[in-house]
Amino acid sequence: MARLAKKTSSGIAKERLKLVLIHDRAGTSPSSNLIEMLKKDIIAVLTRYFEIYEEDFDVEIKRSTDSHLGSHETRLTANIPIRSIKNIGRNVY
Amino acid sequence: MQNVIVITSGKGGVGKTTTVANLGTGLARERKSVVMIDTDIGLRNLDVVLGLENRIVYDLVDVVEGTCRVKQALIKDKRYESLYLMPAAQTRDKMAVNPEQMKKLIAELEQEFDYILIDCPAGIEQGFKNAVAGAKAAIVVTVPEVSAVRDADRIIGLLSANGIEDCRLLVNRLRADLVKKGDMLALDDTLDILGIELIGVVPEDERILRSSNLGEPVITDDKSQAGRAYRNITKRILGAKVPLLDLEEDGGLFRKLFGRK
Repeated sequence: MARLAKKTSSGIAKERLKLVLIHDRAGTSPSSNLIEMLKKDIIAVLTRYFEIYEEDFDVEIKRSTDSHLGSHETRLTANIPIRSIKNIGRNVY
Repeated sequence: MQNVIVITSGKGGVGKTTTVANLGTGLARERKSVVMIDTDIGLRNLDVVLGLENRIVYDLVDVVEGTCRVKQALIKDKRYESLYLMPAAQTRDKMAVNPEQMKKLIAELEQEFDYILIDCPAGIEQGFKNAVAGAKAAIVVTVPEVSAVRDADRIIGLLSANGIEDCRLLVNRLRADLVKKGDMLALDDTLDILGIELIGVVPEDERILRSSNLGEPVITDDKSQAGRAYRNITKRILGAKVPLLDLEEDGGLFRKLFGRK
């Protein structure tokens, strides 16, 4: 069904819209910056387990073309340099 | 819906002004007192769509600058006693008015009218900010096209950021025959993408062009499918539950007329 939908121009329009809106909403959310909010949440979770270099923390939403399927996709990538791993055994979480 | 409604879209040319003219007329036909404010300063058009272009003396900018009183700038509709237009200025720009002035004006108009419909200009700059300033609800107009739906999404975000939570979607110029062929975004797809409540669907209708030629809103045309759609939307604004038009039937008629399979 999904494959069938893609063959029509309206199916392609829908797919394209879904992808473009992920970027629009992430980059230009007016009341708040989605990426910044996400970053804060990820940091909050990660710092339970790791010491990280917050200033070099990088999150982005990328659009790419899957070489196998030839279809477009959107991917969230995070690049997080770690300073050290916390000793979980010593801390109670 | 609440009594102060902005009609907006982001993208130009999707039918905001036509929508305002028809819904304003529709509400007046339902015996409500209505004022339509054209906030598209510099590119006004609501006056010509309503056939009132020859009656303008004062405009929105004159009112906010204190050149005239509010009542002097209100133009009574040709057909409906309780319908009024406040025209935009044509020789000024969007910066001639600010959001605070709009809020004040709307507070004043609310004393006199049941409904205030605000015709928003295209774009997201000062004109948009002025148009949404005093609004309590919004009708977002879009057409089933990638660019218009994208812009509608952006506008929905901006409305929410401006504290307008009651946003309804109006899908304009839908062609059932093209949806069936897979060459036009279906209503469900558009709704799925934008995720706001639907207030109505207006089918593509050549009688709209005729009506703007004449300066007479199509809602008064009993033969027009778009007119019927606008009458239904008017009732939904007033809180009635009216089922959607059967656009399949229209597609059927289209095929009959043009001999398609």
